[in-house]
Amino acid sequence: MAQALFGQLLIGLINGSFYALLSLGLAIIFGLLNIVNFAHGALYMVGAFAAWFALEALGIGYWPALLLAPASVFLLGVVIERTMLRRLYQLDNLYGLLLTFGLTLILEGLFHHRYGNSGNSYPVPELLQGGTHLGFMFLPKYRAWVVVVSLAVCFASWWVIERTKLGSYLRAGTENPRLLQAFGVNVPLMFTLTYGFGVALAGFAGVMAAPIYQVTPAMGSNLVIVVFAVVVIGGMGSILGSIVTGVGLGLVEGLTKFLHPPAASTVVFVVMAVVLLVRPAGLFGRER
Amino acid sequence: MSGPPGIQETRAAYRAGIITPRRKALFFAAMAAVGLVLPFAVYPVFLMNVLVMALFASAFNLLLGYTGLLSFGHAAFLGSAAYVTGGVVKYWGLPVELGLLAGTAFATALGWIIGGLAIRRAGIYFAMITLGFAQMVYFLVVQMPWTGGEDGLQGIPRGKLLGLLPLSGNLTMYYFVYAIFLGGFFLVYRTIHSPFGHVLRAIRENEPRALSLGYDVNRYKLVAFVISAGLAGLAGSTKALVLQFAALTDVHWHRSGEVVLMTLLGGMGTVMGPSVGALVVITLENYLAGFGDWVTIITGAVFVVGVLAFRRGFVGEALRMLRNFPF
Repeated sequence: MAQALFGQLLIGLINGSFYALLSLGLAIIFGLLNIVNFAHGALYMVGAFAAWFALEALGIGYWPALLLAPASVFLLGVVIERTMLRRLYQLDNLYGLLLTFGLTLILEGLFHHRYGNSGNSYPVPELLQGGTHLGFMFLPKYRAWVVVVSLAVCFASWWVIERTKLGSYLRAGTENPRLLQAFGVNVPLMFTLTYGFGVALAGFAGVMAAPIYQVTPAMGSNLVIVVFAVVVIGGMGSILGSIVTGVGLGLVEGLTKFLHPPAASTVVFVVMAVVLLVRPAGLFGRER
Repeated sequence: MSGPPGIQETRAAYRAGIITPRRKALFFAAMAAVGLVLPFAVYPVFLMNVLVMALFASAFNLLLGYTGLLSFGHAAFLGSAAYVTGGVVKYWGLPVELGLLAGTAFATALGWIIGGLAIRRAGIYFAMITLGFAQMVYFLVVQMPWTGGEDGLQGIPRGKLLGLLPLSGNLTMYYFVYAIFLGGFFLVYRTIHSPFGHVLRAIRENEPRALSLGYDVNRYKLVAFVISAGLAGLAGSTKALVLQFAALTDVHWHRSGEVVLMTLLGGMGTVMGPSVGALVVITLENYLAGFGDWVTIITGAVFVVGVLAFRRGFVGEALRMLRNFPF
């Protein structure tokens, strides 16, 4: 009984770390570029496939992939921003959502065409195989690693944004990009790098997820809708808020899976409805 | 800088005298007549598909084009209405009229709930919220035992209209669907051109100003949302009868995206745009049906190109060409 409960909570914690990583990237991109990146889920999928492809075709293992896959997603993001998103900044932000939706269809379609529907499994790296008994539950090493590293990356991002000079540029750009440009900062370059960094976080989450879930072309799109709900619940105003909301909702999902499994897929949306009724601006949000 | 480019082109066309009441009446009469004879030239089931999606997109455009609300979850209304209609006709043996009514009523009520929650947040959050709730509806449909899960709800009988006229023939069914489409289209048209519709446009152009003029903005948004959801439901109910099954694809977010694409391609904020867009997209899908994944890839590419370079849509571009080369 307790075994099952803690097992589900651990899965919830892992999902929650992914929600946190993804909603963090979404919030950073939205804050500066004013674009809701629907392609976030697809780029998470690309990250997972990049790791899988590196192992299958090139024999590159997990540890290099942890760096190479986000880097390739970063490059893809740079290309997307430079060639397409850049033309939309002057327009209503619904066009950004629609464009990235189209990109999602293209990416998913291409991967589906090439790799089909079936899942590709990615082995857990040797160093992290096995686990330990904690007395009340069995803790697989890899899962503990995912939670710790994801949260570490989240907090590192928070630290960079809130405590460093680079981060202060980013926050200034979120407030007023034109003024920042007047101070001599290369704002267009910053936009490009920010988009690249935001989606690289998604790619990173993809690599982390590869050994846990099956690597499939559709793995990102269902996730991104839940992450949107997470963003609505937390509000995109605060970075710590995104992290806390992401992890919290993952745990709520895990708990629901234990109490009443069929409701697990919808519980996040129920929470969203309640939050909209009680605190329309979101838990950590400010109306803007 | 106000509103979608389609609306600006329409306005410019009015000012330039391209659109006059007389020409408009003639145009609509001609289109209606074409609709009457078309099933003798083109496969009726294809036409019915186009009509149903055209109604769906027109209902959607009432929100996106005229109220400025991007609903990314409109498939929830189309799909759930299809399932409700299919369910009551198949399992309870209700006549088709009551089936259509039940589906439409269900979508209207669902629109009232989802719309009521979604309008509490503005801008791009609205899109995310509607997408989330639509996903919830999708999961519920997958889980409920009577919907047939992955197989969909199959074998919905078309029945007899008013207990007299059997709808099993595709030609009879076509005229029934055509009548529904004209009714729904007229309702959208009247809503857009009513005082109510003008308030909607005022909200889209400048919400704080509409609010300061004393309009209960949220109430107007909600009513627009409910009308749009109800008509989307009518389209879904009709679709279930046409195809005689209700499928998961109709509740999936791909469908929600498809209706955005139709509206974007045809021309956001134009009366005819969504119908033109539906015709183009359905035709495209029909021709590409054999290419499997390429349908998705090409749809995505059309989306990207449409957003980057074709924001006026077909109708917007046509109006602009007419304005530049007046006849």
